[in-house]
Amino acid sequence: MSVLVNAETKVICQGLTGSQGTFHTEQAIAYGTQMVGGVTPGKGGQTHLGLPVFNTVKEAVVETGATVSVIYVPAAFCKDSVLEAIDAGVELIVCITEGIPALDMMLINQYNTNKKGGRIIGPNCPGVITPGECKVGIMPGDVHLPGKVGIVSRSGTLTYEAVSQTTALGFGQSTCIGIGGDPMPGTTFIDALALFQQDPKTEAIIMVGEIGGTAEDEAALFIKQNVTKPVVSYIAGVTAPQGKRMGHAGAIIAGGKGTADEKYAALEAADVKVVRNPAKIGFTLKELTGW
Amino acid sequence: MNLHEYQGKELFRAYGLPVSKGYAASTPEEAVQHAQTLGGDSWVVKAQVHAGGRGKAGGVKLVSNLDEVKVFAEQMLGQRLVTYQTDAKGQPIDKLLVEACSSIDDELYLGVVLDRASRQVVVMASTEGGVEIEKVAAETPEKIFKAYIDPLVGPQPYQAREMAFKLKLSSSQVKQFTQIFLGLARLFLEKDAALIEVNPLVITQTQDLLCLDAKVVIDSSALFRHPDLKAMDDPSQQDERERKANEWDLSYVSLDGNIGCMVNGAGLAMATMDLVKLKGGAPANFLDVGGGATRERVSEAFKIILSDEKVKAVLVNIFGGIVRCDLIAEGVIGAVADIGVKVPVIVRLEGNNAQLGLQLLTDSGLNIKAAQGFDEAAALVVKAAGGAL
Repeated sequence: MSVLVNAETKVICQGLTGSQGTFHTEQAIAYGTQMVGGVTPGKGGQTHLGLPVFNTVKEAVVETGATVSVIYVPAAFCKDSVLEAIDAGVELIVCITEGIPALDMMLINQYNTNKKGGRIIGPNCPGVITPGECKVGIMPGDVHLPGKVGIVSRSGTLTYEAVSQTTALGFGQSTCIGIGGDPMPGTTFIDALALFQQDPKTEAIIMVGEIGGTAEDEAALFIKQNVTKPVVSYIAGVTAPQGKRMGHAGAIIAGGKGTADEKYAALEAADVKVVRNPAKIGFTLKELTGW
Repeated sequence: MNLHEYQGKELFRAYGLPVSKGYAASTPEEAVQHAQTLGGDSWVVKAQVHAGGRGKAGGVKLVSNLDEVKVFAEQMLGQRLVTYQTDAKGQPIDKLLVEACSSIDDELYLGVVLDRASRQVVVMASTEGGVEIEKVAAETPEKIFKAYIDPLVGPQPYQAREMAFKLKLSSSQVKQFTQIFLGLARLFLEKDAALIEVNPLVITQTQDLLCLDAKVVIDSSALFRHPDLKAMDDPSQQDERERKANEWDLSYVSLDGNIGCMVNGAGLAMATMDLVKLKGGAPANFLDVGGGATRERVSEAFKIILSDEKVKAVLVNIFGGIVRCDLIAEGVIGAVADIGVKVPVIVRLEGNNAQLGLQLLTDSGLNIKAAQGFDEAAALVVKAAGGAL
């Protein structure tokens, strides 16, 4: 078991023939992911990296039996791509693209809710990986180790940081979910925490948050009420100034709200083990679990 | 991307919202001409900067003759305005908005924001206009009324009426408010705004509604589909180093400390600043050099970091991921040699080919120290910058 993706998962790539799509699909295949096709409108019928290319997501899903689509389409066209994937009945839509307008993402989320469509992960995220089984996204496969820690994070490189620390300690990861750095992600901390809580393979959880919004505060409450597995949380941006966007579209303290200190306080109030040194995330988990 | 008040009001006009007649001036002579064109015997002259709190900082003046217009314009133009929202240097004043004067009976607040928790656009209104809405939200949240806009349906008149009645407006004002509400929400959705505030929305002595101020922030990610808005960008209002970084697609934010940070990934960049602080140091900046840390980008990043004279040491923290660390090391070595970096540089490399990269740095003969691990790197850079504060 694991969450969202495993060795059986069949994946297609929207934007397969572009440079990003090509590079990361090659990496995914090398990792052992079952890549089964791709979509580039107008290039249907061609073969790319040994995979069939389709004109539409619907065709790709029908022909290959894929349940997951990973999207590397440029931001300006991404709304169209995600909506197409929703309408094609894709169960898991992983959107890597950075720079999608916030209103596009709002519209996508609303449409998906109304349609009772699949799960959207991202945008502006590294993707999802179940180590040793299936890599959907841009994360470096070789720092991962199959294991028992579920990791959920708003940041790509900080996910790798948490992964590398838990790999070094020999714990490994069940599944890592990068929910992305945008203000309106398709999947939230709470969604990911609920998945990890139900997953028998996940024995502990690392949650990496950052400044901006209140998603960590809401997650803290959810953990208190629903999560029985040990959780360690790190929040980035204690030193971030007010009103400045720190790289990610969603990482901004607005009107004095969304500070790291607030989030730490909310997590501590919910009895979540917090760690303030980003180099000690794995070590803190070791202390908490006694592994 | 922030707009100036005069630009925001141009958009307001285009969406049928009531604003005072006014024009932007770049010289004292122009300011006087605009006052003459507007007629009457009193005007409001407002400094155009990307910051709130202009009134209290002396950037807004009510004037009652043309000489006063000229004198105030001469005082303001070319100067910098320091408000509670700016840094100590303040924002440059290149333009003034000269407006017809309006008589005010009452002040309301009207704003539109992207609400992250509900993932919807929210229109907010309050009878407490002219003050900071964050303060109202914290102290008397019951005085803020909200309407959630379904992105697939758009704003509806009933939502506006409901809000107007809660604000206890008269029946003619309810009609005006409905037009303003619908126009503002349409503007927000069609122009990809991230925030719009009308603070205050005033009731004039003739009992009409008027948008006295306009704060408009556009979602930078959406500028590709709004060339008209992109043309309104005023880079002079940005920090110089932040502007320079933008040209290279680097994400940079100035801070007050003395330790320069160059990191790949926004999350890791924040975490690096935090760890420097935890070790007793003070970060000089946030800088995300991005996934492709090439020699050229690293060079530019170094130049930007070192243009800050406070910087006494630099920490380069790269998680290699798919990029090979030896290539990044070559980029760092090349950049340090190219631009003659004088301050100590501490480098932490992790991931793909990290050891090879660290070896290259150690063998370079330059003032670069390779650190084993994130924690050690932060401790070393704090020491190199002169120890914990």
